[in-house]
Amino acid sequence: MQDALKEIGRRRFLRRSASAIAFGTAALVLPAARAEEHKPVDDPMRVPGALPRPYGERSPFEKQQRLGGAGPGAPHGWGTNAPNNFNSGTPIQDLHGIITPSALHFERHHNGVPAIDPDRHRLLVHGLVERPLIFTVEELERLPSASRIAFLECSGNTWDGWREAQDVAVQDLYGLTSTSEWTGVKLSTLLEAVGVRREATWMLAEGSDAAGLDRSVPLTEDVLNEAMICYGQNGEALRPEQGYPLRLLLPGFEGNINVKWLRRLKLGTAPFMTRWETAKYTDLLPDGTAYQFTLIMEAKSVITYPSGQQQIRPGFHEISGLAWSGRGRVTKVEVSLDGGRLWQAARLQEPVLPKCHTRFRLPWRWNGQEAILQSRCTDETGYVQPTRQDLVKVRGTNSVYHYNAIQSWRVERDGRVRNIYA
Amino acid sequence: MDGYATSTHKFVIAGMAALVVVFGVVSFGRSAEERGEYGLGRPATDKEIRAWNIDVSSTGEGLPLGQGTVKLGAQVFAAKCAVCHGPTGTEGPKDKLVGGQNTLTTPKPVRTIGSYWPYATTLYDYINRAMPFNAPQSLTSDEIYSVIAWLLFQNQVIAEDVVIDAQTLPKVHMPNRNGFIPDSRPDVR
Repeated sequence: MQDALKEIGRRRFLRRSASAIAFGTAALVLPAARAEEHKPVDDPMRVPGALPRPYGERSPFEKQQRLGGAGPGAPHGWGTNAPNNFNSGTPIQDLHGIITPSALHFERHHNGVPAIDPDRHRLLVHGLVERPLIFTVEELERLPSASRIAFLECSGNTWDGWREAQDVAVQDLYGLTSTSEWTGVKLSTLLEAVGVRREATWMLAEGSDAAGLDRSVPLTEDVLNEAMICYGQNGEALRPEQGYPLRLLLPGFEGNINVKWLRRLKLGTAPFMTRWETAKYTDLLPDGTAYQFTLIMEAKSVITYPSGQQQIRPGFHEISGLAWSGRGRVTKVEVSLDGGRLWQAARLQEPVLPKCHTRFRLPWRWNGQEAILQSRCTDETGYVQPTRQDLVKVRGTNSVYHYNAIQSWRVERDGRVRNIYA
Repeated sequence: MDGYATSTHKFVIAGMAALVVVFGVVSFGRSAEERGEYGLGRPATDKEIRAWNIDVSSTGEGLPLGQGTVKLGAQVFAAKCAVCHGPTGTEGPKDKLVGGQNTLTTPKPVRTIGSYWPYATTLYDYINRAMPFNAPQSLTSDEIYSVIAWLLFQNQVIAEDVVIDAQTLPKVHMPNRNGFIPDSRPDVR
């Protein structure tokens, strides 16, 4: 605390000094100029700029932010709504490439973000193992590490797609998906260290948040090959909202099972049937039964420009969007300008990685006539993203989770873009 | 006896020599790291594991001592749960816990403990770790068993005089026990 105060004091001093120096220098040559931090100057070539600083921040001109949410149908945003929010969506309409800045990674937590001292945090691995072990975060960081760029998507992303179409922005509908470079220890390394028994087929993962969130993970071949216990996100430590200091990463699986603030892994022979895999995160079907353990996020894509609530002018536009699949690589994204009658291939921007956001682009000249923009992706298994009509035919509209139908944006004659079902 | 000891000794020594040879051959070319032996992580004691091992399985493993009654459950629920779930568990504003029977196929399904949850044991696992929302892990095992008893009674799953404990809870048959099917995606063609 004392150090933090000192640091703030020092920064203020530096800032003031920078301004004073800048002002002093500028005053000699151009008295009208002012070089105050966070304020634009008339001519940045004539005023000395700001000094180096210990931890960078984005330009004060950049205002993109996450969108607070409180569930299907509830009001979204911050302000008076903030106390009800339990998630926040990434502004995917504003992002470039495929990486989500850590500060804009979507959030979903079940009783707030815990404040965890990494020196006091421990991970216990036990159950059907030869040697139950307790690891410190530092010990996990010393084990052989791996990095992987992968998407995480809340299985409730686009849950409003099951309801009537609302006139909302893409962030509101699709913001609960993000991509990061994740770094950590492979689960297989830990399982070898504890001597996992052959009969272990399921693993309980438990977080140390106020929800104590627990999920059962099937030890499939993919999980054994790809699962990681992560401490790194985009080159630095995990953000608290993403599980600091430790989280589970199961590439391609629904966000909820990628347990954050991970404190325990327990090996067993059956799923543990926790609240989050029975009462929630199951998909109710028209006949009243529900899918359980629908863990893989199926292929999905969305055009992020132009998208909901944006306003465009006639002329050249580069249509751009994101596509991803929990089953592997995206192999094709097609775009339609007429509501799905004609399709043309979009260009996939490198890198195209398995279980990762893939950026697609298509040049377009808008002639001012009504257009309905859609994107449809195909993954390496041959799976093709379905139309909403086909999805609803099988799943009905009560599933809540795992909505992945083709999105339609109507560009109206005045250039306004609107979310519709086409 | 001496002779036996001597021959045993010889056997042990020969055995150890053989083990050294075998171990040497088996481990040849594989480093300690390749065998997963990093010397990192310390053994967890039984006592430590007991303190961390808070989950309850669907067959009831992990359920603690203690017992609960519908009567005490009504008091605990009114004092600590009703503010979010409503006086009878049906009003909200947070999750509805009671009712919802025969709604799962309607346009507005109400997923409650009685209408949706497949296992009664999940109630202990969840309430113990996560409820009440503003003070998780603050209830005693008797209070948790009692709230469960009250919720199951309100949902007409058990009779009013049933005592809920580690033996009875896993045997409670939930109405929607058979309502779940495995993921059969891809299901849309």
